[in-house]
Amino acid sequence: MSVEMLQVIRAEGTYDTTLEPSLPESDLKKLYEAMILLRTLDVRALSLQRQGRIGFYIQCIGQEASQIGSAYAFEPNDWLFPSYRDAGVAIVRGLALKTLFCHLMGNSQDVMKGHQMPNHWGYRSINLVSLAAPIGVHIPVAVGVALAAKMRGDRIVTGVYFGDGATSSNDFHAGMNFAGVFHTPTIFFCQNNQYAISLPVSKQTKAQTLASKARAYGFEGVRVDGNDVLAVYKAVKEAVVKARNGGGPTVIEAITYRIGAHSTADDPKRYRVEREVEEWRKRDPIDRFRLYLQRKGIWSEDLEAKVRQQADGIVSDAIREAEKIPPPTLETMFEDVYSEMSWNLKEQLKELLSEQRDVTKR
Amino acid sequence: MTTLTVVQAVNQALREEMKRDDRVVLLGEDIGRNGGVFRATEGLLDEFGPSRVMDTPLAESGIIGTAIGMALYGLVPVPEIQFLDFIYPGFDQIVTNLSKFRYRSGGQYSAHVVIRAPYGGGIKGGHYHSQSTEAYFAHTAGLKVVIPSTPYDTKGLLKAAIRDPDPVIFLEPKKIYRAVKGEVPEDDYVVPIGKSKIVKEGSDVSLFAYGTMLHVALEAAEEAAKRDIDVEVIDIRTLVPLDIDSVISSVQKTGRVLILHEAPKTGGFGAEISALISEKALEYLKAPIIRVAGFDTPFPYTWESIYLPDAFRVMKAIEKIMQY
Ligand SMILES: Cc1ncc(C[n+]2csc(CCOP(=O)(O)OP(=O)(O)O)c2C)c(N)n1
Repeated sequence: MSVEMLQVIRAEGTYDTTLEPSLPESDLKKLYEAMILLRTLDVRALSLQRQGRIGFYIQCIGQEASQIGSAYAFEPNDWLFPSYRDAGVAIVRGLALKTLFCHLMGNSQDVMKGHQMPNHWGYRSINLVSLAAPIGVHIPVAVGVALAAKMRGDRIVTGVYFGDGATSSNDFHAGMNFAGVFHTPTIFFCQNNQYAISLPVSKQTKAQTLASKARAYGFEGVRVDGNDVLAVYKAVKEAVVKARNGGGPTVIEAITYRIGAHSTADDPKRYRVEREVEEWRKRDPIDRFRLYLQRKGIWSEDLEAKVRQQADGIVSDAIREAEKIPPPTLETMFEDVYSEMSWNLKEQLKELLSEQRDVTKR
Repeated sequence: MTTLTVVQAVNQALREEMKRDDRVVLLGEDIGRNGGVFRATEGLLDEFGPSRVMDTPLAESGIIGTAIGMALYGLVPVPEIQFLDFIYPGFDQIVTNLSKFRYRSGGQYSAHVVIRAPYGGGIKGGHYHSQSTEAYFAHTAGLKVVIPSTPYDTKGLLKAAIRDPDPVIFLEPKKIYRAVKGEVPEDDYVVPIGKSKIVKEGSDVSLFAYGTMLHVALEAAEEAAKRDIDVEVIDIRTLVPLDIDSVISSVQKTGRVLILHEAPKTGGFGAEISALISEKALEYLKAPIIRVAGFDTPFPYTWESIYLPDAFRVMKAIEKIMQY
């Protein structure tokens, strides 16, 4: 079996003109800006966690091309189902970073009202569906949304994000099968970052590729270089157009690497060698795209400085603003369990308030 | 004797049982090279090799279903579920197969499996890394449900669970994995399943608790003592089969009952204890039974410390029951 992988930009920044997607310069710049913003956000959020200013964080460093390139290929009314690692998807959707930091801090302007742990967001206003920590559970749901839209004659597509580990979950298989049977407009976007916490993908499956799993369910699976933003964009765009035109689902396997730890609770030194990480650092997706932009005559020192300064400003402002926001009220803990608060919750809330606790500290 | 944490006691029990009985095998996510995300299986891969300490793909139904099959063929698998919150893809295997193999085959087959899972709040993990859903398992006939609260009991109960021919759900209170230390003998001992323990004797109120909440109960009892209220603290330890005789004799002594758990109140295990007491010892009660429990909400992130019952809240309940 041949193991092909779509690549547009080669390691040195040269590129295949026959595969290059036709994106105007303004879009290319936007992609670059989004990747830099994502990296900046990621680095700062990690350091906030280290300083105890947020409780937990899940980095995505190294996966910028996969996240930004894929999300960019959808239309704003397409519904996306991100995973906990996919801050890049939120950035492409235009989420204000203050909103994101309010969530990471679980404060009173957190849209989730402090209900969920960091990195478990959802924003209806931008069609990003709220996620759960258990792996894979969102996959059939994304198929269901696509099916309903199809039944209603709405030409939207759903995109569901998950990792290599998730391809072992029950719901991956259930979702894939339903998508095949009902021929839904769903893009299964798998970021194969080589690890599920400590487990390398070679121990996750005996299949040679994750994309090949699509074949068993009767549709197409495509492998792309996940560190090549244009390859990712091209593959996803084609799948999205196909799905929108009634062509059914596609699996996209983006080959990338989790440069950071699984989460701030993980120590990857226990299970992988630094040399391997170094090898992948050399394939940095942002460096690769920069070389391409340079060859195209789009990149300049000035542009770089401007983009970085802008990203630093956006992130710093967002953090500063979010840190001013007080914690949510105790009442919010009891909201949204049901559409209306049930008697037992009312009773428990009342009793809690009568305790008259000091709620200035968490 | 050495001083161990709860998670070290888990590790020691696993190591000793694997040495004692070569049928004992471990399987789960990240339990090999990584030693488990809480390090409960640290060092065991090196000591026993990859055929007895198996890293599995990410599928709890696969982990539990495969463990059941291995047990049918004579092994004693001890699967680890990384967090109790992630057990649900395997719930079907537990409810449909694990709990019923013995019954449905008229005793021909049985599944000698111990499922270990960290459970409960206290690590700021939001709803999917904090839930206490022991009641789901207690409600399923055929499963034993064990929750230790000290390093000593953890080692002794885990060993007893591994030697028990019935399937055991062994829930480890993750908040006290490292926070609680205690003396643990290096030699072989078991703490019997199905026996609760009076941790502090008292005559005014019986306070039943398990897991992390046992420590909250003790703190509250100390507070109560300052106000001349003598609280008896009982560590339930085994939810199923419950040590009903010890529960009833404590109630007969004190006549006042407080039940403490961090799981939501509605349908929590406290309801079962409460119902049993009213069935069997109503005439001894001097006051209505009070449950102190987690709220009937999903486990929250920001207000975790307020959600979880603490000594302050238990103390309020103690005062209330004494004033009745
Ligand atoms: C059902 C379930 N089991 C176990 C876990 C614990 N867990 C959290 S992330 C993770 C690995 C996920 O790996 P992958 O799907 O490759 O995504 P990645 O984290 O690499 O982005 C595991 C095992 C979980 N969240 N859900």
